[in-house]
Amino acid sequence: MIEKTLKGKPAYWIWLAVLGMFIAVGVACYARQYLFGLGLTGMSRDVSWGLYISQFTFLVGVAAGGVMLVLPYYVHDYKAFGKITILGEFLAIAAIIMCLLFIMADLGQPLRALNVLLYPTPSSMLFYDMLVLNGYLFLNILCGWVILTAERKQVHPPKWIYFFVYLSIPFAISIHTVTAMLYCGLPGRHFWLSAIIAPRFLASAFAAGPALIVLACLILKRVANFDAGKKAMNKLVTIIIYAALLNTFFVLLEVFVGYYSNIPGHKHSIEYLFFGLEHHGTIYNNLVPFMWTAVVLNFGALGLFAWPYARKNNEFLLGLSCVMIFFALWIDKGLGFVFAGFIPNPLHEITEYIPTANEIGITLGIWAVGFLVVTLLFKIAVSVEHEIEK
Amino acid sequence: MDNQRRKFLKLAGAAALAGIGAPTLVRLSSSSALAAEHGASAEPHGKTIDPGPQGIRLGMIIDMRKFTEQPMLLDRAVTACNEAHNIPLIDSAKSEIKWIWKTPFENAFPEQSSYHMAKNVKDSEFLVLCNHCDEPPCVRACPTQATFKLKTNGIVAMDYHRCIGCRFCMAACPYGARSFNWEDPRPYIKKYNKDFATRMRGVVEKCTFCAERLALGLEPACVEACQGTGAMVFGDLNDGQSEIRQLLDQEFAIQRNPSLGTKPSVFYIV
Amino acid sequence: MYNKGTIIPGLIIFVLFVTFPIWFNGLKAGTPPKPELPPGGEKKCVESVEYMRVNHMQLLNKWRDNVLRDDNREIITVDGKNYRKGLQMACMQCHSNKEKFCDNCHTYAAVTPYCWDCHLSPKEAASKEETQ
Repeated sequence: MIEKTLKGKPAYWIWLAVLGMFIAVGVACYARQYLFGLGLTGMSRDVSWGLYISQFTFLVGVAAGGVMLVLPYYVHDYKAFGKITILGEFLAIAAIIMCLLFIMADLGQPLRALNVLLYPTPSSMLFYDMLVLNGYLFLNILCGWVILTAERKQVHPPKWIYFFVYLSIPFAISIHTVTAMLYCGLPGRHFWLSAIIAPRFLASAFAAGPALIVLACLILKRVANFDAGKKAMNKLVTIIIYAALLNTFFVLLEVFVGYYSNIPGHKHSIEYLFFGLEHHGTIYNNLVPFMWTAVVLNFGALGLFAWPYARKNNEFLLGLSCVMIFFALWIDKGLGFVFAGFIPNPLHEITEYIPTANEIGITLGIWAVGFLVVTLLFKIAVSVEHEIEK
Repeated sequence: MDNQRRKFLKLAGAAALAGIGAPTLVRLSSSSALAAEHGASAEPHGKTIDPGPQGIRLGMIIDMRKFTEQPMLLDRAVTACNEAHNIPLIDSAKSEIKWIWKTPFENAFPEQSSYHMAKNVKDSEFLVLCNHCDEPPCVRACPTQATFKLKTNGIVAMDYHRCIGCRFCMAACPYGARSFNWEDPRPYIKKYNKDFATRMRGVVEKCTFCAERLALGLEPACVEACQGTGAMVFGDLNDGQSEIRQLLDQEFAIQRNPSLGTKPSVFYIV
Repeated sequence: MYNKGTIIPGLIIFVLFVTFPIWFNGLKAGTPPKPELPPGGEKKCVESVEYMRVNHMQLLNKWRDNVLRDDNREIITVDGKNYRKGLQMACMQCHSNKEKFCDNCHTYAAVTPYCWDCHLSPKEAASKEETQ
C-alpha cells in the first residue's frame, strides 16, 4: 500500500516539499543543539522543562483522542465511523512519533536513551510512559495496517486483530493517564499536584484529537474528494463539545480550589497564568496574553458549536470552531500547564521561560514530521477508499 | 595517599582537641572504606561493616546562630564545595550550577515565612543544599537509577555515567537542589581539583555529601571549612552517641518543608 | 535475472565502496601502537598486562559501579603502593601521560570513549592548577 504515497497531484508534492523544508531546518537546529547542549534552549535551572516536554504532553492527548473513533465504532458498532476510524488510528501514529521525537530532543544525553530499557525502574513514571507509548504506537500500526489491508481486499479483517483493537482502548486511556502522572505525583509542585490532572488531560485530549480529525476530513473533502459523511461529522462534533465542556469544567474547578481555599501555593501558578505574579516589585506575566487568548478561543468555539447552523450547515464555521478549540487546548496544555508548574520555583523565586529561535526551529521541525507522517498515512487511507469505490 | 592520611590524622587530632567531631569521625571510619586503610589493609577485599538494624543515615546540622555571628563562614563553606567538586561558576541564573548556596530565610523556608520575623532571621542568609531525604522524590522519578540512595549511609548519590538528562529529578525535587549542565561546564571552572572529575554537558548534578571525602575519613568540604566553629555538624543521625544526635536532642531544629514527607536529613538551628 | 546489466555492476561498486578502508590501506592494519609504559617506572599494574589489555574497560566499569553505586571504595594495594579505585585516582598515577598511553591505542582503534568528557587527565588538570 505504501506505493499509494508516490502518486499525487502537484499540490500534494508542494505540500510535502514545504514540510520537508521545515524538517530540514529542524534537523539543522537539532544538530546545533546536539553539538552545544540544551543551553541553546530557553530552559533554565528553574524552568527545567520547556517547549519540548509541553508539546509532548499535548500530543499524547492528540494520540489518545483517536480512541474517540475506535471506541464507538468497535465497541458500540457505530457504523457511521467506518470510513474515518482509520484516520483516528493513523493520526495517533503520527502523534506518538512526534511525542517520541520531542522526548529525544529534550534529553541531555540522547545517546543514552536506551538506559531506560537497560535499567528498567518501575518506580519511575517515565518507565511506564515509555511502555504505554511504544505499546500504543505498535497497536495502532498493527490494527490500522491489518484492517486497511483487509478493507482493500474487501474481506473481513482476521478475527485475532479485534483482540488488539480492544486492547488499544485501555492503552489510549493509559498513555494520557501516565503522562498526567509524570506531573501529578511530584511533591512540592502545587500546580501539578492535583488528582484532576489525569481526567482533565483526557477531556482535553478527547476534544483536541477529534477536532483535528474533523479538520482533516474538511480538508480531505476539498483536496482528495473524500467524504466522511454528515452523520459521522455531526457525531464527532458532539464528542468535541462534551469533551471541551468537561475540560473547561475541570479547569474551573482548579481555579475554585486555588482561590477559595486561598492557599498561596495553589494560587500562584494560576495567578501567574491569568493575571501575572507579583514578586519583589516585578510582575511576571509572559503567559497572560496567551491564556486569555485561550479563554476567548475556548468559549468562542463552544459558542459556535452551540449554534446549529454553524456546526451543521457551514463548513467554514465548523472548521473555524475546530481550529479555535484546538488552539485553545494547545495553549492551555501545550504551553501554560507545563511552564506555569515551574513558577514559582521551590525556593519561591521566579524565572520566566522564553523559548529560543533554535528551540522553536526544532519544535516546528518535529511538528512537520508529524504532518508529513499524517499526510502520507491519510493518502494511503484515502487512496484505498477510492480504489474500493471504483 | 600519604599526604591524604597525614591530613586526616591532623584533622582527627584537631577535632579531638577541640572536643568536636570526634565521635562522628570514628563512627564514619568504622563503616567506610577507611577501614581498609586502618586495619583491614591485610585483606584488601574486605567487606564493609554491617550497618546495623537501623543503618547509618548521614545528616547535617546547620547552626544559624554560629553563621549569624560569623557570616563570612557562609562564603567559606560555599567556596570550599565549589573548589572541591570542580563546580563551574556560570554567571547567569539560567544555567548556573550550585550544590550548596546562600539564600534568605523566606526562600529556604517559604512555608514558614511569617509576617513579622525576628530580625536576625530575616536579615541572615541560610545555606541550602541537597537534603539527602530518607524518602527522596528524585530517586522515585529517575527512570534509569542514575540517582539513588546508598544503602550503606543514606546518601542520595548520582551516577553521572548513567544520567540521560531527562531532568525528571529536577521537577521532582521540592528543594531546588539539582542543577543541569546546559552546556560544557569546563570553560567555567576556575581551577581544577585534580582528585575529582568534572561533569559533562547534558547531565544533572547535585551535592553528594562529599562521599569521596568520607571514604578518606574526611568530613564534607563545607563542614571542614567551618571547622572549629560548630556552625556545621555532620554525622550519623541513627547513632545516639554521635555529636549530631546529641545536638539534635538538646536544640530545637527545623527541616525544610517536612510536610512533604521527604524526611530531609539536613537540620537547621535558627 | 532481470536487469543483469545494472544489478551486477551495482553490486560490485557497493562491495568496493564498503571495503574501501581495507584496500585503500593496502590490506594492512598499519603499525600497531606502543603505549608508553609508566614514566615513574612502576612495573606492576592492578591486574596482569594481558588482562588489562583486553579488559581494562570492564574493570573501569566495575570500579565505577563499586565506587559510585555500592559505596565500596576500598583501597587497592599493589607492590606496597595504595591506589583509590578510579581512572583519575589509580590509572593516571602511573600512566600519567594520557596522550601517549590511552589516546595512542584509542586513536588506532578509532574508539572515542567518553571518559575524558568528565575525568581530568593530569595534563588537563594541570592546565588550571589549584593555587592552594
